[in-house]
Amino acid sequence: MALLVDKHRPRSLDQLTYHKDLSERLRSLAQSGDFPHLLVYGPSGAGKKTRIICTLKTLFGPGVEKIKIDSRVFQTTSNRKLEFNIVSSIYHLEITPSDVGNYDRVVVQDLLKEVAQTQQVDANARQRFKVVVINEADSLSRDAQAALRRTMEKYSPNLRLILLANSTANIIAPIRSRTLLVRVAAPTEEEIVDVLERSGRKEGWKGERGLNERIARESGRNLRRALLMFEAVHAQNEKITPQTPLPPPDWEALLGTIASEILAEHSPAQILKIRAKLYDLLTHCIPATTILKTLTFKLIPLVDDQVKAEIVKWAAFYEHRVRMGTKVIFHLEAFVAKVMRVLEEWDMSMDF
Amino acid sequence: MASFFDLKARKEAAATNGSSKSAPAAKETNRMQPWVEKYRPKNLSDVTAQDHTITVLQRTLQSSNLPHMLFYGPPGTGKTSTVLALAKELYGPELMKTRVLELNASDERGISIVREKVKNFARMQLAQPTAAQRAQYPCPPYKIIILDEADSMTQDAQSALRRTMETYSKITRFCLICNYVTRIIDPLASRCSKFRFKSLDQGNARARVEDIARKEGVRLEDGAADMLIKCSEGDLRKAITFLQSAARLVGAVGDDGEEEEDKMDVDEKEEKLVTVKSVEDIAGVIPDATIEGLVQAMRPKSRGLVYEAVSKQVTDMVADGWSATQVITQLFPAIIYDEAIADNQKNKITLIFSEADKRLVDGSDEHLTILDSALRISGILAGA
Repeated sequence: MALLVDKHRPRSLDQLTYHKDLSERLRSLAQSGDFPHLLVYGPSGAGKKTRIICTLKTLFGPGVEKIKIDSRVFQTTSNRKLEFNIVSSIYHLEITPSDVGNYDRVVVQDLLKEVAQTQQVDANARQRFKVVVINEADSLSRDAQAALRRTMEKYSPNLRLILLANSTANIIAPIRSRTLLVRVAAPTEEEIVDVLERSGRKEGWKGERGLNERIARESGRNLRRALLMFEAVHAQNEKITPQTPLPPPDWEALLGTIASEILAEHSPAQILKIRAKLYDLLTHCIPATTILKTLTFKLIPLVDDQVKAEIVKWAAFYEHRVRMGTKVIFHLEAFVAKVMRVLEEWDMSMDF
Repeated sequence: MASFFDLKARKEAAATNGSSKSAPAAKETNRMQPWVEKYRPKNLSDVTAQDHTITVLQRTLQSSNLPHMLFYGPPGTGKTSTVLALAKELYGPELMKTRVLELNASDERGISIVREKVKNFARMQLAQPTAAQRAQYPCPPYKIIILDEADSMTQDAQSALRRTMETYSKITRFCLICNYVTRIIDPLASRCSKFRFKSLDQGNARARVEDIARKEGVRLEDGAADMLIKCSEGDLRKAITFLQSAARLVGAVGDDGEEEEDKMDVDEKEEKLVTVKSVEDIAGVIPDATIEGLVQAMRPKSRGLVYEAVSKQVTDMVADGWSATQVITQLFPAIIYDEAIADNQKNKITLIFSEADKRLVDGSDEHLTILDSALRISGILAGA
């Protein structure tokens, strides 16, 4: 019993419902026989991966869907052994080099060279090259990206790369100039509603347009999230009405409480209380950036207009700190304390 | 499924497939080559817009003595192309294989490689060129080692090169290529004669792009060439890659190969034009209207509205997948060249841009960073 997200994932370019012109372009690229290196970027839940799988299918035919998972061992220069998982079909490989952290360069160099130096074995294959899909390309280290540069040019007869990234900010310029940039925008709210209705119909659920619209708004234009919420609502309630409440995920609810606690009282004792909740979130593997961001956007509607800019300023400041530092709890707590201070100052100035 | 076990049928199928494959294979490899490689300059005089360097190199070509060289300059200005063209003119394609060693960042280039591979190659004695080769090319009595992207070599590896360069200078010349000359350690830099490759000027780059477009049979809309040059910021490789991608996207690849899908060709006859918009799309440039919308939202109005307006614009931009660096890059000129903003405000705004850029490079969250910058700029605009 698969989740809706996987069950109704489009399998070919025809089934994709939005960004028709983009799908059309990908198709013409796949059929032209002259397939470039791609850098696909866009926010999460916009359908990057789905589009790529569909494109691969157009390129190579149904063989792409027969995938297996290999575990390979790589050896670094300092003789450390690295285990690394590769998802592959006979036509393509899919890797997530950021799994191995700092050693991603070794993996990229070894693996790509190996792939590039072997020709397509299957003589009947539609294309003479293999495709390597690199997930989370924006977290590749600089070294690994530098290693990609020349590889992309040198082995282009045997190898095509598809890089998937959330933004192009961390991709070095030489890579950007060697790839075809494909931007996948998030679907609009109407498009999400449309998708929800389709999947509802496939499942035989009675659709409620009002509810679907609310889900689309809540999801922040993230289709994956919308589908998950959609499924959750239907799993939890027997009867669906447009007014059915949408349960936010636990962690979001908790952050909502934290936000109101910050507003309620500005004191060290309160910070101590909040710390326990923050730890709770962190131990449940919610990334610090997500916590900070969600907390900020929960706080914003609750405070006066004049301090909004100030809060965003400090949120950005501490988010940067979180990124640079190692111990995230310090920065989260510092943010909480800072917000309290900003609010306190604001209250004081109002008194006079 | 039945035919799977039928050996005869399978053989036949394989044969028909094979024969249809082998014929276009040669043409296919030609077409699949990136244009950047296809139109790499074949000889020195083809190199675009680096007159000074080329004259110096051509003179050394006649005297057939070459110093160690250090090429530096921004990406896409023809550094690698120049040295490859030079090597080709010196040795010809055959001899080049044994006389030139090219190493770049995708090869392992730690200190051990410098000690072994480079050193072994450097001290290898020269094979005598045949008479035929000697008649055609100068074939000077030394080898060339090209270290591409030398600025990503470690300090240690660079210092290991120092003595090697001197010891074998009778039979080996080094050519270092890098973007930032400051990353090359001084002892190495002082052993080389330096050549600076300047960023391409508009006219030359444009001529080259148009030339390639003509050879490939791609029709450019008026202004598309200018847009290509503008987006690529003096990087010719980028411009050519953009051109090729744009051509692929609109299906404007010309008549150099009879496309199998003739039917498709007929359909798209009128669409086969690289437009300004498609170039913008490929380069990931944000449409002016979007930027203008954000600038408008940042303009001072009664306090409460600013946050709502800016936040909405930023959320939309992030959801549309525009990269934050691109937003910053394009927002900067939009604000700095705005005559209506006072100079001291611009000073403060520039500080914000520099901070935002640093944060983005460090990998901060894009949404928060842009929202913060936009809000702070609007605060400054309001005179706070």
